[in-house]
Amino acid sequence: MKQSFSIGIGGAAGQGVATPGDIFAKIFSRRGLHLNAYNAYQSIIRGGHTFLTVRTGEGNIRTTDGHLDLLIPLNQDTADRHLSLLTAGGACLFNADTIHPGTPADGVQLCPLPVSKLADISRNKVAQNTLAIGAALSMMGIGFNSLESVLEEQFRKKDRAVIDENIAIARAGYDYATQNLKPFDHALPLTDARFAVLSGNEAMAMGAAAAGLKFYCAYPMSPATGVLHWMASHARSADIMVRQVEDEIGVINMAIGAAHAGVRAMCATSGGGFALMSEGLGLSAQAEIPVVVIDCQRAGPSTGVPTKTEQGDLWQMLGAAFGDYPRVIAAPFDIADCFTLMPEIFNITDRFQCPGIVLADLLLAEGRLSVDPAILDFNPPIDRGEIITSNGEPHDKYLRYKITDSGVSPRVIPGIPGYTHVVSSDEHDEDGILISDAYTNHAKRRAMMEKRMRKMDGIAASIPPPQLRGPIVADVTLIGWGSTYGVIDEACELLREQGISVNHLPIRWLVPLHGDAILDILNNALHTIIIENNFSGQFARYLRSETSFVATGHIRKYDGEPFFPQHIVDAVKEQLAGRTTLSIPEHEVMV
Amino acid sequence: MATEIITPNAITMANFKGRVEPDWCPGCGDYGVLAAVQKALVELQIPQHEVATISGIGCSSNFPGFIETYGMHTLHGRSIPVATGVKMANHALTVLVTGGDGDGFGIGCGHFVHAMRRNVDLTYMVMDNQIYGLTTGQTSPTSRLAMKTKTTPFGNVERPVNPLALALAAGATYVARGFSAEQKHLTELIKNAIQHKGFSFLDIFSPCVTYNHDNTVQWFRPRVKKLEDNPAYDPTDWNAAMEKSQLWGDEIPIGKFYERTDVPTLTELEPVLNPGPLVHQPNRIPAATAKSFIDELM
Repeated sequence: MKQSFSIGIGGAAGQGVATPGDIFAKIFSRRGLHLNAYNAYQSIIRGGHTFLTVRTGEGNIRTTDGHLDLLIPLNQDTADRHLSLLTAGGACLFNADTIHPGTPADGVQLCPLPVSKLADISRNKVAQNTLAIGAALSMMGIGFNSLESVLEEQFRKKDRAVIDENIAIARAGYDYATQNLKPFDHALPLTDARFAVLSGNEAMAMGAAAAGLKFYCAYPMSPATGVLHWMASHARSADIMVRQVEDEIGVINMAIGAAHAGVRAMCATSGGGFALMSEGLGLSAQAEIPVVVIDCQRAGPSTGVPTKTEQGDLWQMLGAAFGDYPRVIAAPFDIADCFTLMPEIFNITDRFQCPGIVLADLLLAEGRLSVDPAILDFNPPIDRGEIITSNGEPHDKYLRYKITDSGVSPRVIPGIPGYTHVVSSDEHDEDGILISDAYTNHAKRRAMMEKRMRKMDGIAASIPPPQLRGPIVADVTLIGWGSTYGVIDEACELLREQGISVNHLPIRWLVPLHGDAILDILNNALHTIIIENNFSGQFARYLRSETSFVATGHIRKYDGEPFFPQHIVDAVKEQLAGRTTLSIPEHEVMV
Repeated sequence: MATEIITPNAITMANFKGRVEPDWCPGCGDYGVLAAVQKALVELQIPQHEVATISGIGCSSNFPGFIETYGMHTLHGRSIPVATGVKMANHALTVLVTGGDGDGFGIGCGHFVHAMRRNVDLTYMVMDNQIYGLTTGQTSPTSRLAMKTKTTPFGNVERPVNPLALALAAGATYVARGFSAEQKHLTELIKNAIQHKGFSFLDIFSPCVTYNHDNTVQWFRPRVKKLEDNPAYDPTDWNAAMEKSQLWGDEIPIGKFYERTDVPTLTELEPVLNPGPLVHQPNRIPAATAKSFIDELM
């Protein structure tokens, strides 16, 4: 396994856990290091327990793994919960005035900081945090100047005196550690690479902006609100109309209205809000108006666990809206893919005039990853499909829902002379005239159903089949979808180090599903295990319904926390040993 | 219609004639509303391709199919958010929203209230027949107390919503009531509402001949009194409008209850729309802007 270094910072909500996380992330990414950050928190504004993990290293870090090298508890509760995650070589940096950690594992350095002696805590409420950051950087062998420049940026909107005070406190922590604490065995490396650090929500928002999004609307709902925040703060520079709407029913219908008028439109929500959008999704399909909906899954059902991750919405997506209708559903693999998927799905929804769903989850939406800025391409291909935007040549009577071989009928943008028509939620004829009431006609209904559903063939041809990662032949094949991509890849590396031959089949495009291509791969597999973050094996059941394929075993987790690589390693080994066909790993970090 | 001077290329009633004949019951009030909307558009000389007519679901929501514009038949109660999206994406369009009392004041009531506070430049015409027609005669949010319907066989015990008072309270900048049997008056109100900058709300009595035997044309005719006949009535006086909205019974006012013109529309308040309709703006983000978005993350 590649070398990595993990920091855990914990405290009550409101104690300022986020800021040290941001500062570490900036410093690491500017050293050319990869990083992944995950914040375990609760639906509370003050109090509770928030635990942020930042894992960094030279290699391609894509997960947090439950192991810690440095623990910074901002309160006693955090020390009590997490001291045991430190192993030999690790350290715990804490406020000696207020926190009394217990006995750590052998080889763990306890690093008390005399906070009230090093800083004026009556003036600066977060002095312990800033001191700890300074001390930590000294122990990691990072020069103070990189912290100084990040602090300048962090506090740039404050008075000079405030900036100077924070730099002085950080310096005091840094110097104290240099003189009194043992540095880590390995200094953090420095490379020539430079990374952008962003959340999945930011990545999806920016990816949509790059795809030419012009209208975004939403109702706040964790964990999708980050998309709305990015949109709201960048609307005016990106020339995107952004609206916060009264509810998710209004949201999807407003997006459909904007899309009908000719712009790319999108909305984002989580499972509960998506439930309200269901009927609108049907309107998008029936009226043949392209719209993109992001669903950031959280643990359900009902209000569920608003701040915890799950892959539990798959069947809601599959079953959303009544009737049969064409659509595309994709689950991004990681935070970088949250960006790159957006132009792809916008192009498909525009070309096939249907709804598109991006099925992300809290792990991606709110996690943060170092991404090569070259991946954030703001010049991707934009294909708006068959669209009539000007009244050029004389034309035949315009048929909005003209029956074609592809099922796609050229779409006119309202406002153009000579093409007035009606688009309709009710079943309609080629010209948009309703065939739902006075003019019901079974032959026309059948023709319109077949026209719309023919689009699924075109969509399937536009999306690539899944690709196997690793050797063609392996003792065990791990199958995942969406956000488990990174953790399964890392588990594969660990398994290979232990002499187990393994490969990985990640699924990104869920609907339409390339069932035949999947079967071609899995029919040759010796032992198959489907890994997903839900109770019932939603993807396993979907795969079986589409292909009749039944996997050998399953690894599932539905405790609200993401998989760690070791969870998968242990489960694969117990299944290969024949001890079980269903593993449900215990989450060892108490959050 | 007959009084118009027809000039070459002028827009006439023929331009707005729908592709199919309305299938409302003979005698339905909605015919009168359709004719008044068509006349208003002719008199304002708005070309049909610059008009979007957006409805929900219900008898009156079949309206877009019976008029030649860019029509849209959406979901039950969702005409307003769809219309808001259309207007935000292309504010050069004249956006008409049509529907019934169940669509607007029942299932869609939340959107109705928010559209008014946003002052989106839409013309919302509710064909209010105080009954659910297309579902064959159930009580509606505007059904009067004691009214017998299929779902209130012993008489309605829920008090009706007052659409005008609701609109006034929600901050609508144009509030009026018309009567489908008062064609000229209704046409003027619709013209006025289309010309109003901001959200205009028109509650239109459009009696149901099949399911509402209480509130018929014959019932309304002696009761409706035009506010315009009272020279002392000041439609800029919100309190007076609210007071008039409470009248029901022997005297039911119709006409323009309220208008204010000092509230900017949502379109005017969004700088993103300053360069012109969103739909005509470029899709690509300028390279320098894109770079600044990435630099924030470095």
